[in-house]
Amino acid sequence: MNFTISKRARTIPLALIIIGLVMAAFGFMGDHTDHKQYTWAAFYANALFFFFISLGALFFYALNHITETGWTILLKRVFEGISTYLPWGVLPILLVLVAGSIGLNHIWPWMDARTVDISDPLHYDAHINKLTPYLNKPFFWIRVILIMAVFVLFARWFRAQSLRMDGETGEALMRSHWKTYMRSVVFILLFAFLSSVMAWDWIMSIDVHWKSALFGWYVFGGIWASGMITAVILVLYLKGKGYLPQVNGSHIQDMGKWMFAVSFLWSYLYFEQYLLTWYTNIPEESAYFFTRNNQHPWLVWGMFFINFALPMVLLMSRDSKRSARYLIGVGIIIFIGHWLDTVQMIMPGALGPHFIRIGILEVGFFVAFLGIFIRTVLAALAKAPLTVVAHPFLEESVHHHI
Amino acid sequence: MANKVIYAVYEDPEVLKSAARKLITAGVNVRDVFSPFPVHGIDPILGLKRTRLGIVSFMFGVFGLSLAVLGTYYMSIYDWPMNIGGKPNQYYYQNVTGFVPVLFEFTVLCAAHGMAITYLIRNKTLPGMPARNPDPRSTDDKFIIELRTADNQHHAPEAITGMLRETPVFEINERQC
Repeated sequence: MNFTISKRARTIPLALIIIGLVMAAFGFMGDHTDHKQYTWAAFYANALFFFFISLGALFFYALNHITETGWTILLKRVFEGISTYLPWGVLPILLVLVAGSIGLNHIWPWMDARTVDISDPLHYDAHINKLTPYLNKPFFWIRVILIMAVFVLFARWFRAQSLRMDGETGEALMRSHWKTYMRSVVFILLFAFLSSVMAWDWIMSIDVHWKSALFGWYVFGGIWASGMITAVILVLYLKGKGYLPQVNGSHIQDMGKWMFAVSFLWSYLYFEQYLLTWYTNIPEESAYFFTRNNQHPWLVWGMFFINFALPMVLLMSRDSKRSARYLIGVGIIIFIGHWLDTVQMIMPGALGPHFIRIGILEVGFFVAFLGIFIRTVLAALAKAPLTVVAHPFLEESVHHHI
Repeated sequence: MANKVIYAVYEDPEVLKSAARKLITAGVNVRDVFSPFPVHGIDPILGLKRTRLGIVSFMFGVFGLSLAVLGTYYMSIYDWPMNIGGKPNQYYYQNVTGFVPVLFEFTVLCAAHGMAITYLIRNKTLPGMPARNPDPRSTDDKFIIELRTADNQHHAPEAITGMLRETPVFEINERQC
């Protein structure tokens, strides 16, 4: 069955984009001490958040291929739909990175050439100077291009391959399946490495004096969790509209389980990173948490509570994972929780003491990006049959029962 | 009337499932099923209630967490406050971050062990307990349905065995009980 975008689903994203941009404009004109930097950082945080969602969906998609998971085949197109935002999602990030490189924003302190100029004692930073073998613009841009190219190319290839498989049967289908399997292995290996590099380069180097070996994983936990939550919400939305008739309670419950489990993964990684820093209490490490957990305790601990305690308590029982309305409600709350997580990764680092609280600017960009995201994903879903036509595991997925 | 117990032995879980479904639709009361491994989908056929083991596990987890809170509070705050790396030890909430690994591990320990031991007790399969399965082959490659004539007063025993013979049964054993 093909998905057609309802009239409401066509107008609401457009309205979201307009409302979001208006809100952002208000926020921009609002009185901030450093409003140019503030706008860039708020834009960047939201660009990253929605990019992470599609990346998380792509990761889970590839993971299902390498584990040869059967039950997710009915939901394959949903994950593909989310990952089609990825080629668009890299563009705003690219914009911020380019702007940072040419000095239009100062999110990354090490991009300022004065910090490594020893003849400029006012701006010279010995620590940044020591990091130049890794954090220099040419090498940084090689990594940026590599990361973006790998993610975008794989996302596009998986999508094209899946559409190709719709018209295949027998031997050809098995060959295509095997090819997808092999490409997924390559993708997961590259992802394992590049997602960490991405986290260091794009996020950790904002707080350039701080290093955490766990940061890549922590970001990855957030990527996976937000991708999973979005997939759950999207599946339940489609199911509520009468699509995906073969998706049964067992599929929904398993998706709920993933949401539950990945929330724990994220919490574990976040807290482990915090705990080690808290215990050792070395100034250059605790600086990161000082600007966050100490100066914005309600934001950070509230975010941790939403992302850890709420899913733990609310999604523990079997019935909670089988009720669509309940699952959507919890899903939206955790979705916002992970948005808060992304915001607190970027904003306090990029603005320092100028970041007081989350304002209309962040929310405005969030709303606008949400509109673009929904529009892209729904348009992609409408382009192909909502469940795959042919796949070796399709039958297994239809009869999924736990 | 002497009560009899009938064991219908099958060689395949799917065959057992369809036989059990047939018997139950005919109104025969199936006492129990023995199989070497959990047969997927047999619970709704037999009308078994959903397991409450999850609730037990949760309660053991809460118990473990409470015990760990009490333990860490008594040992490291109340009785003998220890100075580890200059961490605050005056109040519990100041030091709770350092206790989180202990709290977590103890919760998991209690939840997992409590659940496993409850399971073994409930099934009467603690190590050393006498085996209750009627036929040792049900731990190897046979799937057995147990029926009792006492449960099926309105069916003649011959009618039940007749129904069993219609299914692809491997063998039927009867025993006085």
